[in-house]
Amino acid sequence: MSGAKRPQPQSSSAPAFYNNPHVRAVFYQILLVCTLGYLFFVIIANTLANMEARGIKTGFDFLTTTAGFDILMSLIPYDATGTYLDTFFVGLLNTILVSIIGIILATLLGFVMGVAHFSRNWLVSRLAVAYVETFRNIPLLLQIFFWYFAVLAALPSARNSLNLADAFFLNVRGLYLPAPVEEAGATLFYIAIAVAIAAIIWFRRYAKKRQDDEGVQLPVWRISLAILVALPLLASLFGGAPFSFEYPELRGFNFRGGITVIPELMALALALTVYTGAFIAEAVRAGIQAVPHGQTEAARSIGLKESKIMKLIVVPQAMRVIVPLLNSEYQSLVKNSTLATAIGYPDLFTVFVGTSLNQTGQAIEIVFMTLAVYFAVNMTISLLMNIFNRKVSLVERK
Amino acid sequence: MKKLASILTATLALGVTATASAGTLEDVKKRGTLSCGVSTGLAGFSQKDEKGNWSGMDVDVCRAVAAAVLGDASKISYKPLTAKERFTALQSGEVDVLSRNTTWTHTRDTSLGLNFAGVNYYDGQGFMVSKELGVKSALELDGAAVCIQAGTTTELNLADYFRANNMKYTAVTFDTSDQTRAGFESGRCDVLTSDQSQLYAIRIGLKKPSAAVVLPEVISKEPLGPVVRQGDDAWFNVVKWSLAAMVEAEYLGVTSANAATLLKSGSPEQQRLLGVTGDSGEKMGLSKDWAKNIVMQVGNYGEVFERNVGMSSPLQIARGLNAQWNKGGILYSNPIR
Repeated sequence: MSGAKRPQPQSSSAPAFYNNPHVRAVFYQILLVCTLGYLFFVIIANTLANMEARGIKTGFDFLTTTAGFDILMSLIPYDATGTYLDTFFVGLLNTILVSIIGIILATLLGFVMGVAHFSRNWLVSRLAVAYVETFRNIPLLLQIFFWYFAVLAALPSARNSLNLADAFFLNVRGLYLPAPVEEAGATLFYIAIAVAIAAIIWFRRYAKKRQDDEGVQLPVWRISLAILVALPLLASLFGGAPFSFEYPELRGFNFRGGITVIPELMALALALTVYTGAFIAEAVRAGIQAVPHGQTEAARSIGLKESKIMKLIVVPQAMRVIVPLLNSEYQSLVKNSTLATAIGYPDLFTVFVGTSLNQTGQAIEIVFMTLAVYFAVNMTISLLMNIFNRKVSLVERK
Repeated sequence: MKKLASILTATLALGVTATASAGTLEDVKKRGTLSCGVSTGLAGFSQKDEKGNWSGMDVDVCRAVAAAVLGDASKISYKPLTAKERFTALQSGEVDVLSRNTTWTHTRDTSLGLNFAGVNYYDGQGFMVSKELGVKSALELDGAAVCIQAGTTTELNLADYFRANNMKYTAVTFDTSDQTRAGFESGRCDVLTSDQSQLYAIRIGLKKPSAAVVLPEVISKEPLGPVVRQGDDAWFNVVKWSLAAMVEAEYLGVTSANAATLLKSGSPEQQRLLGVTGDSGEKMGLSKDWAKNIVMQVGNYGEVFERNVGMSSPLQIARGLNAQWNKGGILYSNPIR
């Protein structure tokens, strides 16, 4: 090749800066941001002006004043002398609690039902289909009412509770369980559990290495379970009983002592689980169907057991389809938990947007804070699920 | 670019005009109907029958205002509101007047941008329990589960009362009066607390009213009355004096039955109230016969009370505090002259 370059067509002068696509792009974006900023400014200024004209107090000062009302259930110490900020946290924690319970149970139920769809047993697979079609198509609010007003409200009164071994009681006021109280041996017990978990992690690595090196398959599950049971058991033999139990007792009007699971929580968690579980089951079914049948056949041809085919071949590939769907189901579940207000479960929406807003009248501030919370919670779920998604996604050769 | 410019102009215009709004009185006259916020259903105060007609003490305040402003007590669109929704609905202009057993408190009057236009029922908070519990006094309620309606003064008074008497309780809060009753009936709670008037109303809605008793303690003052937005004095006057006209009519002995004859034969006071003489209506921007319309179409306070909650109603509540000041109660209308 000759070193001589072909002469480039030269324009008489450099292009005008306003014809430069980069400059244009930046210019329009700045313009858009300014317009949006101005729009928000107008809305906020307008709101504040209107509120002041009508004599409505604004600001976040109310958060430090005493709320003066009681809340049915709180995970942090709270009574009527708490502040509105406390009610915010009580509600927030209750929302997070019911969301976590719902997400865990719905995932379990959804996976079981999704896999059951492919069962060779006709009854099991029809049951899975019936479950999905029923609960996916009934509005969630109705399901919440069903569990709360039809099922749980039909339980007997406190005096005629369903009683199991004088330790567990179920009645219209909720489920009463014995509460563990830490005794002298508790510290040793906790240490034993920590050691057991560490030992199991080490053992699983060892087992994997043995299999990679020598092809020997150790009974990992059985040995892990044995470690998890044996070590804490030994600890309590030597260190004395780690816990004693405080049993619920019927005194006056209600049971006292022990742990109380309120029916509002049970009804909401049940409804969220059953409803979201149906959607997750469909996601799981879609994921499994997305795995080409050839994969299963190939796995059978090398003599893998059916359970191993599911675990090692189908599910890991199906996860790539399932995880993004799970992400949106989890987010829906958190948002749906605001229906708690229909049955008085004290979640963030009921306590803060409901009662606190009504007692203080600070609608704008309270709604703004609540929006921010739901936004943050769902962004966190999305972030975690995206990290998880990257782990299960197909790694292609570069 | 043109689009952008038009958006900008629109926003600028928004910024300028959104703060200005016409008075509620003109709005209502122009619209031809009054938008009135009532409860979601409470016997004697605001309840809807099978045909969709609303009735009750609170509904009659709406009807009085509609009669005064529009000359027709039936020109109302009712908005059923829960305790939690009511103030936002009024603040945002969704309703013109809120007539929904709302307690007149300092916080609500001073910091929510609202004005209370008077009191149409003097109430107090009480307790209802199931008879089989054998409880005779509220002071025996230590440890009880209590059903309450969320976002009410009741919720705050309850906490105060139990704390002052060194008792514990579990608060089970519901959104509506009906849900609260259902919670009490299913045994979710031992006690239902609310304003006394509501307790009687809820009690007659129970499957077995005789199985529940209302305890003697009254633990708070609950003056209930209609509410309007602050900063609209013309409208505030209309609602305030519509309520007063009903009370004054009873005091002066003007009823829906005799108002027509009193137009000619009444005392000077009665004739002034009915608009035969004087200009009380014009001063408020209403017609001359505003108060006559109220009395003829809705009735005076005594008639309204008897019809909805009094001895001739299922609730059978005695007048008590709600009797005229010269009959042993504290009901007192400022003179209409």
